[in-house]
Amino acid sequence: MTGTLLVSIYVFVLAAFLGFELINKVPPTLHTPLMSGANAMSGITIVGALTLVTVASPSVSVIIGVLAVILATINVVGGFFVTDRMLASFGGRK
Amino acid sequence: MNGFEVTEVTALLALVSVALFIIGLKRLSRVRTARSGNALMAAGMLVAIVLTLVEIGLVDYRWIIGGVVIGAAIGMLTVIRAQATQMPEIVARFNGFGGAASALVAVSLFWGVVVESDATSTTAELLGGTSAVTLVISILIGASTLSGSILAELKLRGTLSGAPRVPLRTAVMGLFAIGALVVGLVAVLAIDAPVTAATLIIVLLVLAALVGIVLVLPIGGADMPVVISLLNSLSGLAAAATGFALGNNLLIIAGTIVGAAGLILTQIMCVAMNRSLVNVIAGGYGEGGDVEHGEYGNVVSSDPESAAMVLEAAQSVIIVPGYGLAAARAQNAAHDLAKALIARGVQVRFGIHPVAGRMPGHMNVVLAEAEVPYELLHEMDAINGEFPQTDVAIVVGANDVVNPAATEDPTGPIGGMPILEVEQARRVFVIKRSLSPGYAGIKNVLFERDNTVMLYGDAKDVLSELASEVANAR
Repeated sequence: MTGTLLVSIYVFVLAAFLGFELINKVPPTLHTPLMSGANAMSGITIVGALTLVTVASPSVSVIIGVLAVILATINVVGGFFVTDRMLASFGGRK
Repeated sequence: MNGFEVTEVTALLALVSVALFIIGLKRLSRVRTARSGNALMAAGMLVAIVLTLVEIGLVDYRWIIGGVVIGAAIGMLTVIRAQATQMPEIVARFNGFGGAASALVAVSLFWGVVVESDATSTTAELLGGTSAVTLVISILIGASTLSGSILAELKLRGTLSGAPRVPLRTAVMGLFAIGALVVGLVAVLAIDAPVTAATLIIVLLVLAALVGIVLVLPIGGADMPVVISLLNSLSGLAAAATGFALGNNLLIIAGTIVGAAGLILTQIMCVAMNRSLVNVIAGGYGEGGDVEHGEYGNVVSSDPESAAMVLEAAQSVIIVPGYGLAAARAQNAAHDLAKALIARGVQVRFGIHPVAGRMPGHMNVVLAEAEVPYELLHEMDAINGEFPQTDVAIVVGANDVVNPAATEDPTGPIGGMPILEVEQARRVFVIKRSLSPGYAGIKNVLFERDNTVMLYGDAKDVLSELASEVANAR
């Protein structure tokens, strides 16, 4: 087992604990926006997609990668935007 | 760079992105800071993207720009065109896209390194064992998230109704999942012929998609919120798996946090319905539409005019909204009625069931859109004790969440589900199009109660009429 993998596993386990603790107490009002915001965050996969489409030649792998970039961007942009739209109505009043 | 590699600097700065995600998520879980929390998370995403672009350096940016512009345009347009009632469907769709993107990143990685290199080595030899295995997991989870989310969206929208039983479902699902995993692992660990490996990866994609379909198909529409939350968790895990495949810790952290958060939310939703996750996933709930259709006897109906007279004499009123209110876009009419009653000195509150509508908090979103003051909204536990002292409860397009059968028939289909005890109010008005059953597909005994009066019609029309009658009274 390489050191990098070991570090990644540590990161994975600690992030899981962090996720559980973060979402512990949430008023039901925010369940939908929270799900939506977390969903937008899972679009982080865009970071991976971007690294795969750095050459000009339209090979199969690049085409698949571009498709991943498009879908991930929809997830990210649409996700944060729709969450903001839900929350805008809450924030409008004090 | 004085001994520093660009990649080391960006990797360090990626912590800024992680911090923004964590602080953002934390703030998103409190009403007053929620909007800024979402903005912080979006900022974290922007930082992550910019760092990635810096890291990959000077490359051909045409595909990147093209993909991002197209994706951003589609995302924006989808949200702008969506109505408040469609939000849950939109979340389901975006979630599917996220899962699909993770799977495609893995497929693209595989295709570029293995198929296009024409190498005669296995994927594990080319990419390393960890990448090869997590790549398969990423495809498996991502593809099943996509197919499951599409199905969930169709069910939410009502395009697809019912919850058909799949014979031997658990076995079939397990077979597909294990089959997919085995096929995928063989492809990356044992096969050194690119074409054979690629074929197996396609088989993996198909099997994974079938897992998602078999998972969601037998689950009734009423349980879709739970399913979407679960799928949300899965799309996070798919991103985390992609992170392992690419050796990218930022992906692992963000993906795993989403995975854990989605699981907790799923659990909270199950608790709200007094059911276990296993019970929900087992499915079959809400498919008994014809079985219990049941005849209604002794149902009293009235018209808005007479109902308004009762309201005018009331001292306290609780409005209980359900999906019907959202579907009829009646939130403004409901607020108008509340304002008219408050102007007459009537105490008005809204009783919110945690799973009313199609998602937890769905009613809050819809009512907030109509600018109903937050102080008027009361959660189920806070308001249930108030019904016996309430003159009139107005149920707007809610059904299963006010069905006394939940407590009176513990073994029934919705037995044990916590409900808003509207039947305890002196008078109950139910605004509904017809006596048709709700998502659970069962008869609502509330409609036969002596103190219940049905007001048939479109929620928006009936509420508007009530509001103007009350406002113009005297």
